[in-house]
Amino acid sequence: MFDNFKIMWHQGKQFIPNVTTAKVPGIFRGRPIITRAKIDEAILVGLCPVKAISSNPVCIDLGKCTFCGECAIQFPDKISFTTDYKLSSNERDRLIIKEGDEAPIIVNPDTIRKEIHRLFGGSLKLRQVSAGGDNSCEWELNSSNNVQFDVSRFGVDFVASPRHADGIVITGPITENMAESVERCYNAVPNPKVIILVGTDAISGGIFADSPALNRDFLSKHTVDLYVPGNPAHPLTFINGVLSLLQKTKI
Amino acid sequence: MQHISINNNQSIALSEIPELIYSEFMKGNLELLSGKPERHCVNYFGYKTSGSIKLICCIADDVVHQIFVSSAIVDAVSILPSFTAQNHNFEKFEREIHENFGIPYSDHPWLKPLRYAHDRFDKSQVIGKYPFYKVESEELHEVGVGPIHAGIIEPGHFRFICNGEQIMHLEIQFGYQHRGIENLFLQKKKLLERTTLAENIAGDTAVGHSTAFVNLWESLCGYTPDPSLDFARTVALELERMANHTGDLSGVCADIAYQLGNSVYGRLRTPIINFLQEWGGNRLGKGLIRAGKINFPFTQTLADRLTEVFKAYEPDFNEITEKLFKLPSALSRMEKTGVVTYDEVLEIGTVGMAARMSGLNRDIRASHPSNLYGSILHKPVIKHHGDVYSRVQIRKEEIRQSIGYLKQLIANIPEFKKSEEFTATPLSDRFVISLVEGWRGEICHCAITDHSGNLVIYKIKDPSYHNWMALAQAVRNNDISDFPICNKSFSLSYSGQDL
Repeated sequence: MFDNFKIMWHQGKQFIPNVTTAKVPGIFRGRPIITRAKIDEAILVGLCPVKAISSNPVCIDLGKCTFCGECAIQFPDKISFTTDYKLSSNERDRLIIKEGDEAPIIVNPDTIRKEIHRLFGGSLKLRQVSAGGDNSCEWELNSSNNVQFDVSRFGVDFVASPRHADGIVITGPITENMAESVERCYNAVPNPKVIILVGTDAISGGIFADSPALNRDFLSKHTVDLYVPGNPAHPLTFINGVLSLLQKTKI
Repeated sequence: MQHISINNNQSIALSEIPELIYSEFMKGNLELLSGKPERHCVNYFGYKTSGSIKLICCIADDVVHQIFVSSAIVDAVSILPSFTAQNHNFEKFEREIHENFGIPYSDHPWLKPLRYAHDRFDKSQVIGKYPFYKVESEELHEVGVGPIHAGIIEPGHFRFICNGEQIMHLEIQFGYQHRGIENLFLQKKKLLERTTLAENIAGDTAVGHSTAFVNLWESLCGYTPDPSLDFARTVALELERMANHTGDLSGVCADIAYQLGNSVYGRLRTPIINFLQEWGGNRLGKGLIRAGKINFPFTQTLADRLTEVFKAYEPDFNEITEKLFKLPSALSRMEKTGVVTYDEVLEIGTVGMAARMSGLNRDIRASHPSNLYGSILHKPVIKHHGDVYSRVQIRKEEIRQSIGYLKQLIANIPEFKKSEEFTATPLSDRFVISLVEGWRGEICHCAITDHSGNLVIYKIKDPSYHNWMALAQAVRNNDISDFPICNKSFSLSYSGQDL
């Protein structure tokens, strides 16, 4: 009994007091900044393993980017990754960073479905579905609910049954073998419901994008409410994205 | 028996692998394994070559630190006797060969689909119609779980046959995670694409699989890495082991409803993965391991940071661990739960923790060392009861062992050269096998090139491949309520199995 109290005491305060302003340690690769420096764009474009970089003007699509950082290593004057982990958006186009863009990536309040804040602003229950996910995004979503990130303090929880959920969170590129299960899980969630894609694999297929073993029809049939980039997505990227989607004013 | 004997990461000409007729090939490999617990099959696979199928079998011997490689050419039509009928180590391998090429086996006891690979031979086999083992009885009932599980984990289907609360039988069906990685290795020609693929085989083992890949690739290109690269890989592997073991201890505590342990171990994982981020910019070590170079040299500043991390980690780890391992309510859930015996793990051919839990000494760090493990003189942690408690004890002791190794390593940081692009290309007509002890156990990658140096096949074996069968055995005669803790104590990979 007293041992337990002692252990609890020794942990100190672990939770991150403000998840919207917390700093991440070290050299986290977050929102990139692309300068107008002149470089050989063909080499830069050819370098990327997932075709996330396009030229004229140079853009990086964070929905495709695996955040390996090779472009910034090879072209340090052109590309640098900041530690800004707020990468989520409800609009796919906002994940594309252009030359000279320095503005933060936002969840556009004007295009969020109106009922999301009204119905889920105080409580959002999510059913997670891994569909070919490599267990890295899954680990980070689990971490979102550890004592440090503690996303449940905002009323956001992961639940066991789609019947109890307000939406689904998909990780992984959606394999052919999981396609039916994803659809059935989504159908089992009562209306209205949200869809959140977490990680590069889910958003674009990532390194698996051109594999014939995928079946991404689900995404062309339904509207995605939030894109959370990363490989894996950082817990703070996920939490801030969801808070913006819910338009939480009190953090 | 004709075979060629090679070292881990040794590249040989493909023509040096003896080509035998199937009956000799089978007899020879089975004889190699017969009565020799120090030997096991690390990979057995086939690939198409000019109209027929070439089978390659790799048997590792942990005592002489060698791998015995032999091959046979077969066609896909003739009915063959199976290795599995005589040695169950081959059960998964032959299922995979059957699934990919349709080779009919006359006496394989369990010839079911393995992962419903996209390019499987028989497309009429579909994932919704897996032929589960059935028992006709009014006394028994079935429980189906998955593919989507209750928590945030990967998909797979578990089918239990129970007598009341007691599990009689568990069959696990895979394939949901299949992304066609082995084919993508051939499709994608750029080194960075392939390295990225290796990092995404199993995201919780990004360092393990990418190390297996770069060790193999460098050998295939005839390139000798700088000692600083071996240093970085060894440090990263031990950090990954610590992080995952700590996370698993948290998971085990959650499954026995010990909330304090769950929270404390859960938060202790954070500083370790955050250190990986401080070093390489990614919490799971993606982007860190590269062939012939490293984008993030390990510096004295990082070593000082890691020393600080350990200083904070160790007292808290020791305190909660002492508590957990003295807590009667925790011990009663772990001891004698989910037992797999020595004979069973030997028969299944488990690797890593799932072998060492039952007294079977299998640890690539000691038996086929790569990178800096040869100089560490690793002594594997061996337990004997094969229960949840043994698996938990291994994690506890390996975390301490890893801290020791890391302290020893960072006391002597080699000089990192300025990173240069890796330009070497694979040699032609070569075969390489690469073994790495990831945190779960043995990772095996194999590659073969053609006469112009292009990859003909890239084969990946995750430690989970064999170890899943040990989980299925472990839960027999246990209460179904103990399934979660049994599952967590193995902590196996779905994506590594499905590829």
